Amino acid sequence: MTIKIDVDMTKCQHYGQCVFEAPDIFRLNSDDKLEYTAEADDSERANIEAAIDVCPMQAIRIVE
Amino acid sequence: MGGLRVAEALRRFGYAGPVTAIGDEPHAPYNRPPLSKEVLATEVSHEAVAFPQRPATEDVNWVLGTRAVSANLANSTVTDDTGLVHEYSAMIIATGLRPKRIQVPNGDLQGRHVVRTLEDAIALRAELIEGARIVILGAGFIGCEVAATARKLGCAVTVVAPGVHPIVRPLGTDLAKELQRRHEEQGVAFRMKSSVADLVGVERVTGVTLDSGEQLDCDVFIEAIGSDPNVEWLDGNDLELSNGVLTNNDLQAIRVDGTVVENVFAVGDVARFANPVFDGEPRRVEHWNIPTDSAKRVGQVLAASLAGDAVALAAAKNKPFAPIPSFWSDQYDMHLLAYGLLGLADEIRLIEGQILGDCVFGYYRRGQMVGVCGIGLRSVVQSFRKEFQLEA
Ligand SMILES: Cc1cc2nc3c(=O)[nH]c(=O)nc-3n(C[C@H](O)[C@H](O)[C@H](O)COP(=O)(O)OP(=O)(O)OC[C@H]3O[C@@H](n4cnc5c(N)ncnc54)[C@H](O)[C@@H]3O)c2cc1C
Ligand code: SF4
Repeated sequence: MTIKIDVDMTKCQHYGQCVFEAPDIFRLNSDDKLEYTAEADDSERANIEAAIDVCPMQAIRIVE
Repeated sequence: MGGLRVAEALRRFGYAGPVTAIGDEPHAPYNRPPLSKEVLATEVSHEAVAFPQRPATEDVNWVLGTRAVSANLANSTVTDDTGLVHEYSAMIIATGLRPKRIQVPNGDLQGRHVVRTLEDAIALRAELIEGARIVILGAGFIGCEVAATARKLGCAVTVVAPGVHPIVRPLGTDLAKELQRRHEEQGVAFRMKSSVADLVGVERVTGVTLDSGEQLDCDVFIEAIGSDPNVEWLDGNDLELSNGVLTNNDLQAIRVDGTVVENVFAVGDVARFANPVFDGEPRRVEHWNIPTDSAKRVGQVLAASLAGDAVALAAAKNKPFAPIPSFWSDQYDMHLLAYGLLGLADEIRLIEGQILGDCVFGYYRRGQMVGVCGIGLRSVVQSFRKEFQLEA
């Protein structure tokens, strides 16, 4: 099963806290802007949940 | 926030039994930082700041709009303001802080505000209308963020504070001075090394009198002078409550005689714990990552001990609790990001960029890095985060 990830880019301030929790999904590019993979394997779920928790702007969601 | 995070962590670590969460606010848990920033600048509503609810915590018994008035640790009970007595096998203290207020002779006036709760922000938002004259007492993070937001909304803003520069603790003189310059460039006036001696007005505030005797006219007066821990309801249990709830490294509460209460924990702003990343000195850390990090620790330790799982408990305790303090702040187009405990530094150096633009400062104690803070340049700030990771 795959999970779909959505980041509300109107909220995201590119702090990159999510990067430390799910480095395979989230990264900051050379402009310090967030980039992410919108689909991930279910095995990443715990990491993504952790990223959701640590996002200061509460911008990340899992869309089932 | 800490309460919600503990419930989530207990479920994640396998505890399936009952959880009761008592909270005196009428709302389900919500995120506070936007209340001085982007949400205050737009429309303040619970929907805009509510934390997502997860299926795993759907069966938590939320007792909202209800205040815990006392606890009896010997009997393992908490009494709420409806008179109901709740029995527990374990209690987690997550009561956070409340804003300090000044005591002045003419203090009983409308137009006085603080910013801690959603209700506070809604009430303040209604008065931050274009052209309103705002006086903010306190130039810490919240005072500065509210100043920036109020400017954005077209208010005239004066910040009054006892320090030399805004947020000089913990940012340090150079960065704090620059922050002040950027605020002034945006039209904020400062009265530093000053305090408010009294308020002016009948029924509604129309001005403030500074300790220098100067009088400033205003329509809105905001107090942002720090906070006190909500611990009075724990009185009478011999806990060490001189500054929040003193805990050990597993966040278990400590009594005045130094003994540990095995089944009482504290998380978030109210918890005072030593962080082995820095030293053995217990501190309260009022940063947003602490409720989540401390709740994770409590969830893991408590779930294992409630299950009587000695192996899991030993595994949980094997790694010391050593959260990396992190904070951010948004003011105008300025985005601060920091890791560590900047306030411990005896030396502060610019390590990248230029103070007038994006820049990163390093904070050192006896030559050892204890914090890093940047305006912009997030990747650089992030690259130092590992400095505050405890060696495995
Ligand atoms: C305006 C604002 C902006 C902020 N911005 C930032 C930021 O940019 N970056 C950052 O790192 N941190 C920021 N913070 C700090 C961060 O929000 C806190 O660290 C965090 O909310 C602490 O969570 P907590 O669970 O410990 O306490 P809280 O979230 O305060 O939760 C405690 C709850 O307990 C309730 N309570 C208290 N006493 C009782 C009682 N006797 N019975 C029942 N309920 C009780 C309170 O009403 C409250 O609902 C900000 C805080 C505020 C107020
Ligand atoms: S943690 Fe949140 S705000 Fe920060 S980069 Fe990730 S999604 Fe954006």
